[in-house]
Amino acid sequence: MVLGTGVSPGIAMGKVLLLEKKEFIIEKEIINDVEAEKNRFHKALKDSNDELLQIKDKALRELGEEKAAIFEAHLMVLEDPELISSTVDKIEGEKFSADYCFNEVATDFIDMFEGMDNEYMRERVSDIRDVSQRVLRHMLGIESIDLSIIKEEVLLVSNDLTPSETANMDKEKVLGFLTNIGGRTSHTAIMARSLEIPAVVGLKDITITVKQGDYVIIDGDSGKVIINPNAEDISYYNKLKEECEKVKQSLQSFKYQVSVTYDGKKVELAGNIGTPGDINGLINNGAEGVGLFRTEFIYMNRECLPTEEEQYHSYKTVLESLSPKPVVIRTLDAGGDKELSYLNIDKEMNPFLGYRAIRICLKETDLFKAQIRALLRASVYGNLKIMFPMISSLEELLIAKGILNEVKEELDTSKVAYASNIEVGMMIEVPSAAIISDILAKHVDFLSIGTNDLIQYTCAVDRMNEKIHHLYSPFNPAVLRLIKMVIDNGHKEGIWVGMCGEMAGDKKIIPILLGMGLDEFSMSPISILPARKLINSLSYSDMKNFADSVLNMTSSEEIRSYIEKSI
Amino acid sequence: MEKIVKILNQQGLHARPASIFVKTANKFKASVSIEHGNGVANAKSIINIMGLGLKKGEEIKIITEGTDEKEAMDALVGLVESKFGEE
Repeated sequence: MVLGTGVSPGIAMGKVLLLEKKEFIIEKEIINDVEAEKNRFHKALKDSNDELLQIKDKALRELGEEKAAIFEAHLMVLEDPELISSTVDKIEGEKFSADYCFNEVATDFIDMFEGMDNEYMRERVSDIRDVSQRVLRHMLGIESIDLSIIKEEVLLVSNDLTPSETANMDKEKVLGFLTNIGGRTSHTAIMARSLEIPAVVGLKDITITVKQGDYVIIDGDSGKVIINPNAEDISYYNKLKEECEKVKQSLQSFKYQVSVTYDGKKVELAGNIGTPGDINGLINNGAEGVGLFRTEFIYMNRECLPTEEEQYHSYKTVLESLSPKPVVIRTLDAGGDKELSYLNIDKEMNPFLGYRAIRICLKETDLFKAQIRALLRASVYGNLKIMFPMISSLEELLIAKGILNEVKEELDTSKVAYASNIEVGMMIEVPSAAIISDILAKHVDFLSIGTNDLIQYTCAVDRMNEKIHHLYSPFNPAVLRLIKMVIDNGHKEGIWVGMCGEMAGDKKIIPILLGMGLDEFSMSPISILPARKLINSLSYSDMKNFADSVLNMTSSEEIRSYIEKSI
Repeated sequence: MEKIVKILNQQGLHARPASIFVKTANKFKASVSIEHGNGVANAKSIINIMGLGLKKGEEIKIITEGTDEKEAMDALVGLVESKFGEE
């Protein structure tokens, strides 16, 4: 058995699908049989073609025409008369192996595109590179794993999963995730919770420990992973799995209840979502609204900016399906670990301290305005609240609000309708914003605390770095004091204060947050029902005292053990 | 036959319109090429077409040659002028 961090609850068992990245070795070999090399090349083209047709059909079914068009473009590159004839000419003329000749030709084309002065066109390199990798793989007989076409149910094992991998994967076939790195707040963890599948991360060398096709059991609560279990293990975990299902079932009774302590303090339990596709999970888990709609997923895995129209439709869908429940939509939070290749942002030494989120939006105002226009136009379909991420000073907030008002005026001029009562708020995730939250609170309708970044910035701990993971603690008294300060400052100005970081759904911390007076808790939809069950069993006045005593403690460890003893 | 047209799409002839253009060109027997600046590109090759890096407002000369050259020309000019169905 190996132990990692359980980040998404539940038991999963099944075969391992190991994701490894293999290097191609292309040798410049002189050949005798020109025909055989040409055949090898054509066979690879044919195999690649079959594979792409499958992916395209799948994309068409599941992701819509626009995404499928990308693979259509790949198919055309594959059939390109210039690419094929140049390769064949080279094989015949220079008598080198097919893979070498094809790679030379493809590299020439790639260089040509990279040399272009049009940034957008330079991006097309990725299509040609993608296709040439696919063809080379077939020529060299390297097996590849395409996550969009998985044949049987599997547990994915990887160093870490990237947003583009999880976006493309066949979600029906993936039973769980196991990764070498990461913690509760890594992309893999957040994704697993949104898909409601178990995940264990931070396993250090699981990609070496397990082999392709091994059978594993994972427990997403305890973080246990059993490789090639015996019959006893299997029957034990089957039973445990059944029990988990039963608990899940019993939580259903909380689905339509309000979230209120038994001494009458009401709070709101909302969900975090990434795409309109997450709405079902949200509704099935009894969310009272959306506390965080991460709009960056609309911008990811594509070749150019989404149009205002596309965004409008996504926002409208979410607002309409939730109406009249509130929906907090966060404006684009790109950068950090969420790269958008078409924005052509330079690699940075410290991306989390760099050009990201609102900092990009205040510079790329066209992009920002298009998003705000889409939001405002969609606002008539539901209860929209707009939230700005990564604000670190009053100036930034005022500029962002200024742009919002400019767009409103433009819409007024062109007689486009938008809701009149849209609340505008900001995230508190930078310590400087938390410290001046008394000032900021005067200019917004709500504050929402983003704890993942707030902890990372307050404690100067990279949340992806395994070596210092012990320093990343939601129990850190500095973090808890900041949170309390923000809640109090918000309430002094008469505005509500929410939290949309992972802490908001953590059973150990909810009682303290409740006692501190937090108004809204936004979490992964699967955490909502357990959280409601917990809150409805607590007394607000007791939790106020509980929070006060916690706030007087001096270390993360003291606070952690006090909480663990109390519950 | 030859005809000069102007690219109207906001982001130029990017992947989607380029692929529609090439696919349409491939429906005809006639050879189709595009003259732009100093270069001539095979309009049945997506790499060649995208390699031109055509931006909004740029002019191209479409050249068709073969039995169905007129039909090919009409179809391709129609596509460019209708902005390939984009906004």
